[in-house]
Amino acid sequence: MNAPYRARLNREPSAFRKAAVPIASVLIGSMTPLLPIVASAPVLPPFGLVVLICWQLLRPGIWPVWAGVPFGMFDDIMSGQPVGSAVLLWSIILIALDLIEQRYIWRNYWQDWFIAALCLIFGLAGGLAINNFLVSDTRLSVLYPQMILAIFTYPLVLRLVARLDHIRLKR
Amino acid sequence: MAPPRNRRPGFSRKAQLQIFTGYLLAFTGAFAGLLLLALSHFDPAAFSAVRSVAAELGAPPARLFTGMRVGVQDGWREVAAYFNAGSKNAELQREVERNRIRLIEARALKQENRELRRLLGLIKQEGRPVATARLINSSASSSRRFATLDVGSRQGVQRGQPVRAQRGLIGRVLETGPNTSRVLLLSDAENVVPVRRARDGIVAFSQGRGDGRVDIKLIDIGINPFKVGDVMVTSGNGGIYPPNVPVAIIEKLTGDGAIGKLLANPAGTDFVIVQEMYEPELVDPEASGLPPANAEAAAPLSAPRKSEPAKKPATRAPASTAPAAAPAPAASAPQAPPTGQAQP
Repeated sequence: MNAPYRARLNREPSAFRKAAVPIASVLIGSMTPLLPIVASAPVLPPFGLVVLICWQLLRPGIWPVWAGVPFGMFDDIMSGQPVGSAVLLWSIILIALDLIEQRYIWRNYWQDWFIAALCLIFGLAGGLAINNFLVSDTRLSVLYPQMILAIFTYPLVLRLVARLDHIRLKR
Repeated sequence: MAPPRNRRPGFSRKAQLQIFTGYLLAFTGAFAGLLLLALSHFDPAAFSAVRSVAAELGAPPARLFTGMRVGVQDGWREVAAYFNAGSKNAELQREVERNRIRLIEARALKQENRELRRLLGLIKQEGRPVATARLINSSASSSRRFATLDVGSRQGVQRGQPVRAQRGLIGRVLETGPNTSRVLLLSDAENVVPVRRARDGIVAFSQGRGDGRVDIKLIDIGINPFKVGDVMVTSGNGGIYPPNVPVAIIEKLTGDGAIGKLLANPAGTDFVIVQEMYEPELVDPEASGLPPANAEAAAPLSAPRKSEPAKKPATRAPASTAPAAAPAPAASAPQAPPTGQAQP
């Protein structure tokens, strides 16, 4: 009813949608361990972290640097990691991404992928290192399939995040 | 473009402060993460309440999806069974004939076993099933191996109870919520299970490797007796896991044991059974003349018992040294008389 009379110029995207879409996407990514997959080895890429890195690389400065703390907390509760591991690792990753953003401003797609791959390897290996420090040792080789899968998930998730960004800024 | 020399966003004091506060919060957050890790290290159950709430909330959709997954798997199996139905049927019939004879033998053995046990005075404690349930999800992206079970304390599940499937052991219950519980799978590095070789009872223990396999480590280090294809079953030592539940089949030999493949794949099982915690069966204390188990366990705790062993060596020491010390007074005796004589 209102549609014909809506302003055609100077329209703004909904503020709620603008803020909620990225947050919701990371939280949904963190909720993948709830899927009915009973795995006897770590196989699922850490989707929460992948989505977080994608948003940060696609839209630098979308979140404050400390965003890793609440997101990490949620991810720790959902995944089986000891609480605090993702808080620590994701904070470090976001600080590193922020520094990279300041130092290397113009990057191409492949460089972004390389940065994301380094962050993902750091995140997974760091989680394993924390587990090994707290309980007992598991070999790093257990993580190789997960790392490879996570690195090759990045481009797909980046596509998805770009699509979500369109929805976010739709007027 | 070179990065700007100074990172000030402008002359706005507020904007500058905001950036500074952001970094401060980020580093504080990382440090808080370290503190949380320390907390979860010293008190592993600290966050179990929050985790169980998350598990409870995620359970209903996971239950639904698990049902669908199992349905699809079963349907596919039924379709696949139609291929080679004729030859398979004939083969199965031959197998049934063979198994029927073995079953009769097994029944006789079972009866004999029961009678022998009664003669020995062994009290048989079967791990009675507490609940039957499905594994609905797992920590698929973490390097720890947990799974969620869709029964909890409301159905009588308690911490520490063993979980098994038809084909073998799955793990044990770690945390319980009202309707869900967390299971520590066998392949987790923290899960250590005492096992023995089914054939001859060589004792070992299995420890998870984190990748769906387990390390079988020998207790008695020597020549590696394992062979590829050996089946390991639980030994029942130390309680928790009932004896004779299949655990793993040996896949590869290593320097100090072997690597075993789990017999019950948690991904492939439909239903799992939660059993009561196994308490090792005891020989009738009076019959064997051994002190009752309770007294032995209490020994290090009660003070008077502790002082008793300390006294025993003290009282025994003079007695044992007496024969050895006996020659000494005799030897000193010749020396004593001069002093004795001098005294009067």
